[in-house]
Amino acid sequence: MTSSDPFVVQVSELRKQYPDVTAVNGVSFDIGAGEIFGMVGPNGAGKTTTIECIEGLRQPDAGRVRVLGLDPQADGYALRERIGIQFQTSDLPARIKVGEALDLFASFYRRSVDWRPLLDRMGLGDRANAYLAKLSGGQRQRVFIALALINDPELVFLDELTTGLDPQSRRSMWELVRDVRERGKTVFLTTHYMEEAERLCDRVAIMDHGKIVALDTPERLIAQLNAENRVVLQAERSFDEATLRRLPAVVRVERIGERVIVYGPKEGLLSGVINALEAGEIPFRDLRTEQPNLEDVFLALTGKEMRD
Amino acid sequence: MQQLHALGKLIRVQTKLYLREPVAVFFTLLFAPLYLIMNWLIAGNQPLAELGGRGSLEAYLPACAAIVIAVVGLMPGAIETANRREAGVLRRFRATPLRPLTYIIGDVGVYLAMILLGILFVMLLAYFAFGVRSVGNVPSMFAAILLSATSFLAVGYVLASVLPNARAVTVVGNVLLFPMIAFSGATVPLEIMPETVRTIAKFVPLTHVITLLRGAWFGEPWSALLTEVAVLVGLLVVGTVVSALTFRWE
Repeated sequence: MTSSDPFVVQVSELRKQYPDVTAVNGVSFDIGAGEIFGMVGPNGAGKTTTIECIEGLRQPDAGRVRVLGLDPQADGYALRERIGIQFQTSDLPARIKVGEALDLFASFYRRSVDWRPLLDRMGLGDRANAYLAKLSGGQRQRVFIALALINDPELVFLDELTTGLDPQSRRSMWELVRDVRERGKTVFLTTHYMEEAERLCDRVAIMDHGKIVALDTPERLIAQLNAENRVVLQAERSFDEATLRRLPAVVRVERIGERVIVYGPKEGLLSGVINALEAGEIPFRDLRTEQPNLEDVFLALTGKEMRD
Repeated sequence: MQQLHALGKLIRVQTKLYLREPVAVFFTLLFAPLYLIMNWLIAGNQPLAELGGRGSLEAYLPACAAIVIAVVGLMPGAIETANRREAGVLRRFRATPLRPLTYIIGDVGVYLAMILLGILFVMLLAYFAFGVRSVGNVPSMFAAILLSATSFLAVGYVLASVLPNARAVTVVGNVLLFPMIAFSGATVPLEIMPETVRTIAKFVPLTHVITLLRGAWFGEPWSALLTEVAVLVGLLVVGTVVSALTFRWE
Protein backbone atom coordinates (compact mmCIF):
# COMPACT_ATOMS: atom_id res chain seq x y z
CA MET A 1 0.00 0.00 0.00
CA THR A 2 1.31 3.44 -0.88
CA SER A 3 0.67 6.62 1.04
CA SER A 4 -1.55 7.88 -1.79
CA ASP A 5 -3.87 4.96 -1.11
CA PRO A 6 -5.38 5.34 2.33
CA PHE A 7 -7.58 2.28 2.05
CA VAL A 8 -6.38 -1.12 3.14
CA VAL A 9 -9.49 -2.82 1.81
CA GLN A 10 -11.66 -1.60 -1.05
CA VAL A 11 -14.75 -3.53 -2.04
CA SER A 12 -17.22 -2.38 -4.65
CA GLU A 13 -20.35 -4.10 -5.90
CA LEU A 14 -19.23 -7.50 -4.66
CA ARG A 15 -21.55 -10.34 -5.66
CA LYS A 16 -21.51 -14.05 -4.99
CA GLN A 17 -24.21 -16.46 -6.06
CA TYR A 18 -24.51 -20.03 -4.84
CA PRO A 19 -26.74 -22.56 -6.60
CA ASP A 20 -29.71 -21.91 -4.34
CA VAL A 21 -29.00 -18.54 -2.75
CA THR A 22 -27.45 -15.14 -3.45
CA ALA A 23 -24.94 -14.95 -0.60
CA VAL A 24 -23.58 -11.48 -1.34
CA ASN A 25 -25.69 -9.09 -3.34
CA GLY A 26 -23.79 -5.91 -4.21
CA VAL A 27 -21.66 -5.01 -1.23
CA SER A 28 -19.37 -1.97 -1.22
CA PHE A 29 -17.20 -0.55 1.55
CA ASP A 30 -13.66 0.59 2.32
CA ILE A 31 -11.49 0.01 5.36
CA GLY A 32 -8.89 2.63 6.29
CA ALA A 33 -5.41 1.94 7.60
CA GLY A 34 -5.33 1.41 11.36
CA GLU A 35 -9.06 0.90 11.71
CA ILE A 36 -10.82 -1.76 13.73
CA PHE A 37 -13.63 -2.57 11.35
CA GLY A 38 -16.44 -4.83 12.48
CA MET A 39 -18.99 -6.79 10.50
CA VAL A 40 -22.10 -8.13 12.20
CA GLY A 41 -25.17 -9.85 10.91
CA PRO A 42 -27.41 -12.84 11.47
CA ASN A 43 -26.27 -16.29 10.38
CA GLY A 44 -26.48 -16.61 6.62
CA ALA A 45 -26.27 -12.85 6.08
CA GLY A 46 -23.22 -13.23 3.83
CA LYS A 47 -20.50 -12.13 6.26
CA THR A 48 -18.33 -15.21 5.83
CA THR A 49 -18.60 -15.19 2.05
CA THR A 50 -17.69 -11.49 1.98
CA ILE A 51 -14.68 -11.96 4.24
CA GLU A 52 -13.52 -15.01 2.24
CA CYS A 53 -13.70 -13.06 -1.02
CA ILE A 54 -11.50 -10.38 0.60
CA GLU A 55 -9.05 -13.00 1.91
CA GLY A 56 -8.83 -14.53 -1.56
CA LEU A 57 -10.19 -17.88 -0.40
CA ARG A 58 -13.33 -17.55 -2.50
CA GLN A 59 -13.80 -16.19 -5.98
CA PRO A 60 -16.47 -13.49 -6.35
CA ASP A 61 -18.90 -13.65 -9.28
CA ALA A 62 -18.75 -9.90 -9.81
CA GLY A 63 -17.39 -6.74 -8.28
CA ARG A 64 -13.98 -5.37 -7.50
CA VAL A 65 -11.91 -6.26 -4.44
CA ARG A 66 -8.52 -4.71 -3.64
CA VAL A 67 -6.61 -5.56 -0.48
CA LEU A 68 -3.37 -3.70 0.24
CA GLY A 69 -3.55 -2.67 -3.42
CA LEU A 70 -3.61 -6.32 -4.56
CA ASP A 71 -6.24 -8.41 -6.30
CA PRO A 72 -6.85 -11.33 -3.90
CA GLN A 73 -7.54 -13.72 -6.77
CA ALA A 74 -4.64 -12.81 -9.07
CA ASP A 75 -2.05 -12.02 -6.37
CA GLY A 76 -3.16 -14.51 -3.73
CA TYR A 77 0.26 -15.63 -2.54
CA ALA A 78 1.68 -12.09 -2.45
CA LEU A 79 -1.36 -11.03 -0.42
CA ARG A 80 -1.13 -13.95 2.02
CA GLU A 81 2.42 -12.85 2.88
CA ARG A 82 0.94 -9.60 4.23
CA ILE A 83 -2.32 -10.62 5.92
CA GLY A 84 -3.12 -12.75 8.95
CA ILE A 85 -6.29 -14.80 9.28
CA GLN A 86 -7.92 -16.22 12.39
CA PHE A 87 -10.76 -18.52 11.38
CA GLN A 88 -14.01 -19.15 13.19
CA THR A 89 -13.80 -22.89 12.65
CA SER A 90 -10.35 -24.19 12.05
CA ASP A 91 -7.88 -26.32 13.91
CA LEU A 92 -4.27 -27.39 13.88
CA PRO A 93 -2.93 -30.88 13.27
CA ALA A 94 -3.62 -33.31 16.10
CA ARG A 95 -0.88 -33.85 18.70
CA ILE A 96 1.00 -30.64 17.83
CA LYS A 97 2.64 -28.50 20.50
CA VAL A 98 2.16 -24.74 20.69
CA GLY A 99 5.79 -23.88 19.89
CA GLU A 100 5.91 -26.38 17.01
CA ALA A 101 2.82 -24.85 15.44
CA LEU A 102 4.24 -21.32 15.60
CA ASP A 103 7.64 -22.44 14.33
CA LEU A 104 6.00 -24.35 11.47
CA PHE A 105 3.77 -21.49 10.39
CA ALA A 106 6.64 -19.00 10.64
CA SER A 107 8.50 -21.07 8.03
CA PHE A 108 5.71 -20.49 5.48
CA TYR A 109 6.41 -16.74 5.24
CA ARG A 110 9.30 -14.78 3.77
CA ARG A 111 9.11 -12.44 6.73
CA SER A 112 8.12 -13.58 10.18
CA VAL A 113 8.54 -12.38 13.74
CA ASP A 114 10.26 -14.33 16.51
CA TRP A 115 7.44 -16.45 17.95
CA ARG A 116 8.68 -16.54 21.54
CA PRO A 117 8.07 -12.85 22.37
CA LEU A 118 4.79 -13.12 20.44
CA LEU A 119 3.73 -15.98 22.71
CA ASP A 120 4.74 -13.88 25.73
CA ARG A 121 2.54 -11.05 24.52
CA MET A 122 -0.36 -13.49 24.32
CA GLY A 123 0.30 -14.47 27.93
CA LEU A 124 1.35 -17.97 26.86
CA GLY A 125 5.11 -17.67 27.34
CA ASP A 126 5.19 -20.78 29.53
CA ARG A 127 3.01 -22.93 27.25
CA ALA A 128 5.34 -23.38 24.26
CA ASN A 129 5.85 -27.05 25.12
CA ALA A 130 2.21 -27.75 25.86
CA TYR A 131 0.03 -29.78 23.51
CA LEU A 132 -2.51 -27.54 21.85
CA ALA A 133 -5.25 -30.02 22.71
CA LYS A 134 -4.54 -29.53 26.44
CA LEU A 135 -5.15 -25.76 26.41
CA SER A 136 -8.36 -24.04 27.49
CA GLY A 137 -10.61 -22.46 24.87
CA GLY A 138 -9.25 -18.99 25.60
CA GLN A 139 -5.65 -20.14 25.43
CA ARG A 140 -6.25 -21.92 22.11
CA GLN A 141 -7.80 -18.77 20.73
CA ARG A 142 -4.67 -16.85 21.77
CA VAL A 143 -2.51 -19.36 19.94
CA PHE A 144 -4.64 -18.85 16.84
CA ILE A 145 -4.22 -15.08 17.15
CA ALA A 146 -0.46 -15.58 17.51
CA LEU A 147 -0.53 -17.65 14.29
CA ALA A 148 -2.41 -14.84 12.56
CA LEU A 149 0.30 -12.38 13.69
CA ILE A 150 3.35 -14.58 13.00
CA ASN A 151 4.11 -12.85 9.68
CA ASP A 152 3.77 -9.33 11.14
CA PRO A 153 0.75 -8.70 8.86
CA GLU A 154 -0.56 -5.29 7.87
CA LEU A 155 -4.15 -6.51 7.98
CA VAL A 156 -5.59 -9.07 10.42
CA PHE A 157 -8.89 -10.91 10.00
CA LEU A 158 -10.51 -12.11 13.21
CA ASP A 159 -13.60 -14.21 12.57
CA GLU A 160 -15.87 -14.74 15.61
CA LEU A 161 -12.88 -14.27 17.86
CA THR A 162 -14.66 -14.58 21.17
CA THR A 163 -17.49 -17.01 20.39
CA GLY A 164 -17.60 -19.65 23.09
CA LEU A 165 -15.34 -17.80 25.51
CA ASP A 166 -16.30 -16.80 29.03
CA PRO A 167 -16.81 -13.06 29.68
CA GLN A 168 -13.41 -12.65 31.33
CA SER A 169 -11.51 -14.26 28.45
CA ARG A 170 -13.56 -12.17 26.06
CA ARG A 171 -12.51 -8.95 27.76
CA SER A 172 -8.84 -9.88 27.74
CA MET A 173 -9.21 -10.78 24.04
CA TRP A 174 -10.47 -7.23 23.45
CA GLU A 175 -7.30 -5.90 25.06
CA LEU A 176 -5.25 -8.02 22.67
CA VAL A 177 -7.15 -6.66 19.67
CA ARG A 178 -6.60 -3.08 20.83
CA ASP A 179 -2.93 -3.88 21.30
CA VAL A 180 -2.73 -5.22 17.73
CA ARG A 181 -4.15 -1.95 16.46
CA GLU A 182 -1.73 0.04 18.64
CA ARG A 183 1.01 -1.68 16.68
CA GLY A 184 -0.26 -0.08 13.52
CA LYS A 185 -2.23 -2.92 12.07
CA THR A 186 -5.69 -2.84 10.57
CA VAL A 187 -8.23 -5.23 12.03
CA PHE A 188 -11.27 -6.68 10.27
CA LEU A 189 -13.44 -8.63 12.68
CA THR A 190 -16.80 -10.34 12.66
CA THR A 191 -18.71 -10.99 15.84
CA HIS A 192 -21.96 -12.27 17.25
CA TYR A 193 -21.74 -9.98 20.24
CA MET A 194 -23.13 -6.48 19.81
CA GLU A 195 -21.42 -5.35 22.98
CA GLU A 196 -18.11 -6.44 21.48
CA ALA A 197 -18.72 -4.54 18.25
CA GLU A 198 -19.83 -1.47 20.19
CA ARG A 199 -16.83 -1.42 22.54
CA LEU A 200 -14.12 -2.49 20.13
CA CYS A 201 -14.87 -1.27 16.62
CA ASP A 202 -14.23 2.13 15.09
CA ARG A 203 -16.85 1.37 12.48
CA VAL A 204 -19.44 -1.36 12.19
CA ALA A 205 -21.14 -2.73 9.08
CA ILE A 206 -24.43 -4.53 9.65
CA MET A 207 -25.15 -7.15 7.00
CA ASP A 208 -28.45 -8.79 6.25
CA HIS A 209 -29.64 -10.82 3.25
CA GLY A 210 -26.36 -10.29 1.39
CA LYS A 211 -26.37 -6.51 1.71
CA ILE A 212 -24.90 -3.94 4.06
CA VAL A 213 -27.91 -2.32 5.72
CA ALA A 214 -25.92 0.14 7.85
CA LEU A 215 -22.31 1.23 8.14
CA ASP A 216 -21.03 3.83 10.59
CA THR A 217 -19.41 4.33 13.98
CA PRO A 218 -21.32 2.57 16.77
CA GLU A 219 -22.24 5.95 18.32
CA ARG A 220 -23.75 7.30 15.13
CA LEU A 221 -25.58 4.06 14.37
CA ILE A 222 -27.19 4.29 17.78
CA ALA A 223 -27.96 7.98 17.44
CA GLN A 224 -29.52 7.46 14.00
CA LEU A 225 -31.86 4.89 15.43
CA ASN A 226 -33.56 7.65 17.41
CA ALA A 227 -34.46 5.03 19.95
CA GLU A 228 -35.93 5.98 23.30
CA ASN A 229 -34.16 5.63 26.59
CA ARG A 230 -35.88 3.53 29.20
CA VAL A 231 -36.40 3.96 32.92
CA VAL A 232 -37.16 0.65 34.59
CA LEU A 233 -38.37 0.40 38.18
CA GLN A 234 -40.39 -1.70 40.62
CA ALA A 235 -43.40 0.15 42.03
CA GLU A 236 -44.30 -0.95 45.56
CA ARG A 237 -47.97 -0.21 45.21
CA SER A 238 -50.41 0.31 42.37
CA PHE A 239 -50.82 3.83 41.07
CA ASP A 240 -52.35 5.67 38.16
CA GLU A 241 -49.99 5.35 35.21
CA ALA A 242 -51.30 8.60 33.84
CA THR A 243 -49.14 10.28 36.50
CA LEU A 244 -46.17 9.29 34.37
CA ARG A 245 -47.79 9.28 30.94
CA ARG A 246 -48.66 12.96 31.05
CA LEU A 247 -45.08 14.02 31.65
CA PRO A 248 -43.71 15.87 28.59
CA ALA A 249 -40.59 13.62 28.42
CA VAL A 250 -42.54 10.37 28.44
CA VAL A 251 -43.63 8.66 25.22
CA ARG A 252 -45.24 5.56 26.69
CA VAL A 253 -45.44 3.45 29.83
CA GLU A 254 -45.52 -0.31 30.11
CA ARG A 255 -46.50 -2.16 33.24
CA ILE A 256 -46.08 -5.84 34.01
CA GLY A 257 -47.04 -6.53 37.64
CA GLU A 258 -44.79 -4.41 39.81
CA ARG A 259 -42.42 -3.72 36.96
CA VAL A 260 -42.82 -0.39 35.20
CA ILE A 261 -40.96 0.63 32.05
CA VAL A 262 -41.09 4.26 31.01
CA TYR A 263 -39.98 5.18 27.48
CA GLY A 264 -38.88 8.60 26.32
CA PRO A 265 -36.09 10.66 24.80
CA LYS A 266 -32.93 11.03 26.82
CA GLU A 267 -33.47 14.64 27.90
CA GLY A 268 -35.54 15.03 31.05
CA LEU A 269 -36.81 11.47 31.24
CA LEU A 270 -35.07 10.32 34.40
CA SER A 271 -35.57 13.50 36.42
CA GLY A 272 -39.18 13.76 35.23
CA VAL A 273 -40.01 10.22 36.30
CA ILE A 274 -38.35 10.55 39.72
CA ASN A 275 -39.98 13.90 40.46
CA ALA A 276 -43.41 12.59 39.51
CA LEU A 277 -43.01 9.50 41.69
CA GLU A 278 -41.83 11.61 44.64
CA ALA A 279 -44.66 14.11 44.18
CA GLY A 280 -47.23 11.32 43.98
CA GLU A 281 -45.67 9.63 47.04
CA ILE A 282 -45.36 6.39 45.11
CA PRO A 283 -42.71 4.17 46.73
CA PHE A 284 -40.37 2.44 44.28
CA ARG A 285 -37.12 0.47 44.21
CA ASP A 286 -34.52 -0.93 41.82
CA LEU A 287 -34.72 2.01 39.47
CA ARG A 288 -32.32 1.99 36.56
CA THR A 289 -31.98 3.58 33.15
CA GLU A 290 -31.23 1.80 29.91
CA GLN A 291 -29.75 3.49 26.87
CA PRO A 292 -30.30 2.17 23.39
CA ASN A 293 -27.33 0.13 22.22
CA LEU A 294 -26.11 -1.59 19.09
CA GLU A 295 -28.32 -4.54 19.91
CA ASP A 296 -31.35 -2.27 19.46
CA VAL A 297 -29.96 -0.98 16.18
CA PHE A 298 -29.43 -4.51 15.02
CA LEU A 299 -32.90 -5.58 16.04
CA ALA A 300 -34.46 -2.58 14.34
CA LEU A 301 -32.56 -3.13 11.08
CA THR A 302 -32.71 -6.90 10.76
CA GLY A 303 -35.71 -7.81 12.88
CA LYS A 304 -33.60 -10.49 14.53
CA GLU A 305 -32.05 -10.94 17.92
CA MET A 306 -28.33 -11.43 17.62
CA ARG A 307 -28.00 -13.35 20.85
CA ASP A 308 -28.08 -17.09 20.40
CA MET B 1 13.82 -21.14 -1.25
CA GLN B 2 11.04 -20.25 1.14
CA GLN B 3 9.09 -23.30 -0.02
CA LEU B 4 12.12 -25.54 0.56
CA HIS B 5 12.52 -24.16 4.07
CA ALA B 6 8.81 -24.76 4.66
CA LEU B 7 9.11 -28.29 3.25
CA GLY B 8 11.94 -29.12 5.66
CA LYS B 9 9.93 -27.86 8.63
CA LEU B 10 6.78 -29.64 7.47
CA ILE B 11 8.59 -32.97 7.18
CA ARG B 12 10.20 -32.57 10.61
CA VAL B 13 6.99 -31.59 12.39
CA GLN B 14 4.78 -34.11 10.56
CA THR B 15 7.20 -36.92 11.38
CA LYS B 16 7.02 -36.03 15.08
CA LEU B 17 3.23 -35.86 14.95
CA TYR B 18 3.09 -39.26 13.22
CA LEU B 19 5.30 -40.91 15.80
CA ARG B 20 3.17 -39.47 18.64
CA GLU B 21 0.19 -41.54 17.49
CA PRO B 22 0.39 -44.99 19.14
CA VAL B 23 -1.84 -46.71 16.56
CA ALA B 24 0.34 -45.42 13.70
CA VAL B 25 3.50 -46.56 15.48
CA PHE B 26 1.96 -50.00 15.97
CA PHE B 27 1.08 -50.42 12.29
CA THR B 28 4.42 -48.98 11.12
CA LEU B 29 6.80 -50.84 13.40
CA LEU B 30 5.05 -53.83 14.94
CA PHE B 31 2.42 -55.11 12.51
CA ALA B 32 4.81 -56.65 9.93
CA PRO B 33 7.12 -58.11 12.65
CA LEU B 34 4.05 -59.93 14.03
CA TYR B 35 3.68 -61.70 10.68
CA LEU B 36 7.42 -62.40 10.63
CA ILE B 37 7.28 -63.95 14.09
CA MET B 38 4.18 -66.02 13.21
CA ASN B 39 5.96 -67.33 10.13
CA TRP B 40 9.00 -68.19 12.17
CA LEU B 41 6.87 -70.01 14.75
CA ILE B 42 5.16 -72.04 12.01
CA ALA B 43 8.03 -72.76 9.64
CA GLY B 44 11.23 -71.60 11.31
CA ASN B 45 14.00 -70.60 8.91
CA GLN B 46 14.58 -73.80 6.95
CA PRO B 47 17.10 -73.58 4.12
CA LEU B 48 15.19 -74.17 0.91
CA ALA B 49 16.86 -75.93 -2.00
CA GLU B 50 14.68 -74.14 -4.57
CA LEU B 51 15.96 -70.79 -3.22
CA GLY B 52 19.60 -71.80 -3.53
CA GLY B 53 19.81 -72.74 0.11
CA ARG B 54 18.33 -69.50 1.45
CA GLY B 55 16.07 -69.71 4.46
CA SER B 56 12.27 -69.69 4.25
CA LEU B 57 12.13 -66.71 6.60
CA GLU B 58 14.39 -64.74 4.30
CA ALA B 59 12.05 -65.59 1.43
CA TYR B 60 9.24 -64.16 3.52
CA LEU B 61 10.91 -60.78 4.17
CA PRO B 62 9.72 -59.14 0.90
CA ALA B 63 6.14 -59.99 1.95
CA CYS B 64 6.83 -58.27 5.29
CA ALA B 65 7.98 -55.18 3.41
CA ALA B 66 4.80 -55.36 1.30
CA ILE B 67 2.69 -55.48 4.47
CA VAL B 68 4.37 -52.30 5.74
CA ILE B 69 3.70 -50.60 2.39
CA ALA B 70 0.05 -51.65 2.50
CA VAL B 71 -0.72 -50.65 6.08
CA VAL B 72 1.26 -47.38 6.12
CA GLY B 73 0.63 -46.39 2.49
CA LEU B 74 -3.11 -46.87 2.21
CA MET B 75 -4.76 -45.63 5.39
CA PRO B 76 -2.94 -43.41 7.91
CA GLY B 77 -2.24 -40.62 5.42
CA ALA B 78 -5.72 -40.82 3.96
CA ILE B 79 -7.40 -40.74 7.38
CA GLU B 80 -5.22 -37.87 8.57
CA THR B 81 -5.87 -35.87 5.40
CA ALA B 82 -9.65 -36.39 5.69
CA ASN B 83 -9.51 -35.50 9.40
CA ARG B 84 -7.54 -32.35 8.67
CA ARG B 85 -9.96 -31.31 5.99
CA GLU B 86 -12.94 -31.82 8.31
CA ALA B 87 -11.34 -29.95 11.21
CA GLY B 88 -10.32 -27.02 9.01
CA VAL B 89 -6.59 -27.68 9.39
CA LEU B 90 -6.06 -27.66 5.63
CA ARG B 91 -7.97 -24.40 5.45
CA ARG B 92 -5.51 -22.83 7.85
CA PHE B 93 -2.59 -24.00 5.72
CA ARG B 94 -4.34 -22.65 2.65
CA ALA B 95 -4.55 -19.19 4.24
CA THR B 96 -0.73 -18.91 4.20
CA PRO B 97 1.69 -18.58 1.26
CA LEU B 98 2.42 -22.32 1.55
CA ARG B 99 1.96 -23.87 -1.91
CA PRO B 100 -0.34 -26.90 -2.10
CA LEU B 101 2.38 -28.85 -3.92
CA THR B 102 4.84 -28.21 -1.07
CA TYR B 103 2.33 -29.53 1.44
CA ILE B 104 1.61 -32.66 -0.61
CA ILE B 105 5.30 -33.39 -1.29
CA GLY B 106 5.95 -33.05 2.44
CA ASP B 107 3.06 -35.37 3.26
CA VAL B 108 4.16 -38.02 0.76
CA GLY B 109 7.77 -37.63 1.94
CA VAL B 110 6.80 -38.31 5.56
CA TYR B 111 4.80 -41.44 4.74
CA LEU B 112 7.55 -42.71 2.44
CA ALA B 113 10.05 -42.20 5.24
CA MET B 114 7.77 -44.04 7.66
CA ILE B 115 7.41 -46.94 5.22
CA LEU B 116 11.20 -47.14 4.88
CA LEU B 117 11.52 -46.98 8.66
CA GLY B 118 9.02 -49.82 9.11
CA ILE B 119 10.75 -51.99 6.51
CA LEU B 120 14.18 -51.26 8.00
CA PHE B 121 12.83 -52.20 11.42
CA VAL B 122 11.46 -55.58 10.32
CA MET B 123 14.71 -56.32 8.44
CA LEU B 124 16.82 -55.47 11.48
CA LEU B 125 14.60 -57.72 13.55
CA ALA B 126 15.12 -60.54 11.05
CA TYR B 127 18.87 -59.90 11.12
CA PHE B 128 19.37 -59.74 14.86
CA ALA B 129 16.65 -62.04 16.20
CA PHE B 130 16.31 -64.67 13.48
CA GLY B 131 19.76 -64.70 11.94
CA VAL B 132 18.64 -63.75 8.42
CA ARG B 133 21.94 -62.60 6.94
CA SER B 134 21.34 -61.90 3.24
CA VAL B 135 19.91 -58.49 2.36
CA GLY B 136 19.10 -59.09 -1.30
CA ASN B 137 19.73 -56.60 -4.05
CA VAL B 138 19.54 -53.30 -2.17
CA PRO B 139 19.25 -50.78 -5.06
CA SER B 140 16.61 -52.89 -6.84
CA MET B 141 14.77 -53.43 -3.58
CA PHE B 142 14.85 -49.69 -2.84
CA ALA B 143 13.48 -48.82 -6.28
CA ALA B 144 10.76 -51.47 -5.98
CA ILE B 145 9.78 -50.17 -2.52
CA LEU B 146 9.59 -46.58 -3.77
CA LEU B 147 7.36 -47.52 -6.71
CA SER B 148 5.05 -49.71 -4.61
CA ALA B 149 4.83 -47.16 -1.79
CA THR B 150 4.03 -44.18 -4.04
CA SER B 151 1.34 -46.24 -5.82
CA PHE B 152 -0.34 -47.11 -2.54
CA LEU B 153 -0.03 -43.51 -1.25
CA ALA B 154 -1.67 -42.31 -4.48
CA VAL B 155 -4.58 -44.70 -3.88
CA GLY B 156 -4.75 -43.42 -0.30
CA TYR B 157 -5.03 -39.86 -1.60
CA VAL B 158 -7.88 -40.98 -3.87
CA LEU B 159 -9.73 -42.32 -0.82
CA ALA B 160 -9.12 -39.04 1.05
CA SER B 161 -10.31 -37.02 -1.95
CA VAL B 162 -13.43 -38.86 -3.08
CA LEU B 163 -14.83 -40.02 0.27
CA PRO B 164 -16.83 -37.55 2.35
CA ASN B 165 -15.07 -37.90 5.73
CA ALA B 166 -12.49 -39.69 7.85
CA ARG B 167 -15.00 -42.30 9.04
CA ALA B 168 -15.74 -43.31 5.47
CA VAL B 169 -12.01 -43.44 4.70
CA THR B 170 -11.47 -45.72 7.70
CA VAL B 171 -14.29 -48.07 6.71
CA VAL B 172 -13.39 -48.27 3.00
CA GLY B 173 -9.68 -48.49 3.86
CA ASN B 174 -10.23 -51.45 6.18
CA VAL B 175 -12.52 -53.17 3.69
CA LEU B 176 -9.77 -52.86 1.05
CA LEU B 177 -6.77 -53.51 3.27
CA PHE B 178 -7.42 -56.69 5.22
CA PRO B 179 -8.91 -58.84 2.43
CA MET B 180 -6.06 -57.57 0.25
CA ILE B 181 -3.50 -58.83 2.76
CA ALA B 182 -5.33 -62.16 2.97
CA PHE B 183 -5.62 -62.65 -0.80
CA SER B 184 -2.15 -61.47 -1.76
CA GLY B 185 0.02 -64.19 -0.33
CA ALA B 186 1.34 -61.81 2.29
CA THR B 187 0.40 -64.26 5.02
CA VAL B 188 0.21 -67.71 3.45
CA PRO B 189 2.14 -68.43 0.22
CA LEU B 190 -0.21 -68.42 -2.78
CA GLU B 191 1.33 -71.68 -3.99
CA ILE B 192 -0.55 -73.64 -1.33
CA MET B 193 -3.82 -71.69 -1.85
CA PRO B 194 -6.79 -73.07 -3.83
CA GLU B 195 -7.10 -72.12 -7.49
CA THR B 196 -9.91 -69.57 -6.86
CA VAL B 197 -7.81 -67.64 -4.39
CA ARG B 198 -4.91 -67.57 -6.81
CA THR B 199 -7.19 -66.20 -9.53
CA ILE B 200 -8.47 -63.46 -7.20
CA ALA B 201 -4.91 -62.70 -6.15
CA LYS B 202 -4.03 -61.66 -9.69
CA PHE B 203 -6.39 -58.70 -9.32
CA VAL B 204 -5.05 -57.63 -5.94
CA PRO B 205 -2.42 -54.87 -6.24
CA LEU B 206 -0.59 -56.13 -3.16
CA THR B 207 0.12 -59.44 -4.93
CA HIS B 208 2.03 -57.50 -7.55
CA VAL B 209 3.89 -55.58 -4.86
CA ILE B 210 4.99 -58.88 -3.29
CA THR B 211 6.02 -60.37 -6.64
CA LEU B 212 7.98 -57.21 -7.49
CA LEU B 213 9.71 -57.01 -4.10
CA ARG B 214 10.52 -60.71 -4.12
CA GLY B 215 11.96 -60.40 -7.62
CA ALA B 216 14.05 -57.40 -6.60
CA TRP B 217 15.11 -59.15 -3.40
CA PHE B 218 16.34 -62.24 -5.25
CA GLY B 219 17.99 -60.16 -7.98
CA GLU B 220 15.70 -61.07 -10.86
CA PRO B 221 16.15 -58.78 -13.88
CA TRP B 222 13.55 -55.98 -14.13
CA SER B 223 12.61 -57.31 -17.57
CA ALA B 224 11.07 -60.30 -15.78
CA LEU B 225 8.92 -57.98 -13.65
CA LEU B 226 7.35 -55.80 -16.35
CA THR B 227 3.78 -56.85 -15.53
CA GLU B 228 4.20 -55.84 -11.89
CA VAL B 229 5.89 -52.55 -12.82
CA ALA B 230 3.14 -51.80 -15.36
CA VAL B 231 0.37 -52.49 -12.83
CA LEU B 232 1.96 -50.33 -10.12
CA VAL B 233 2.90 -47.47 -12.48
CA GLY B 234 -0.67 -47.59 -13.78
CA LEU B 235 -2.02 -47.41 -10.23
CA LEU B 236 0.32 -44.50 -9.46
CA VAL B 237 -0.67 -42.51 -12.56
CA VAL B 238 -4.41 -43.12 -12.21
CA GLY B 239 -4.26 -42.45 -8.46
CA THR B 240 -2.34 -39.21 -8.92
CA VAL B 241 -4.62 -37.94 -11.69
CA VAL B 242 -7.84 -38.85 -9.86
CA SER B 243 -6.73 -37.34 -6.56
CA ALA B 244 -5.38 -34.21 -8.29
CA LEU B 245 -8.78 -33.74 -9.97
CA THR B 246 -10.87 -34.45 -6.88
CA PHE B 247 -8.73 -33.13 -4.00
CA ARG B 248 -10.48 -30.58 -1.80
CA TRP B 249 -8.90 -28.32 0.82
CA GLU B 250 -12.28 -27.72 2.48
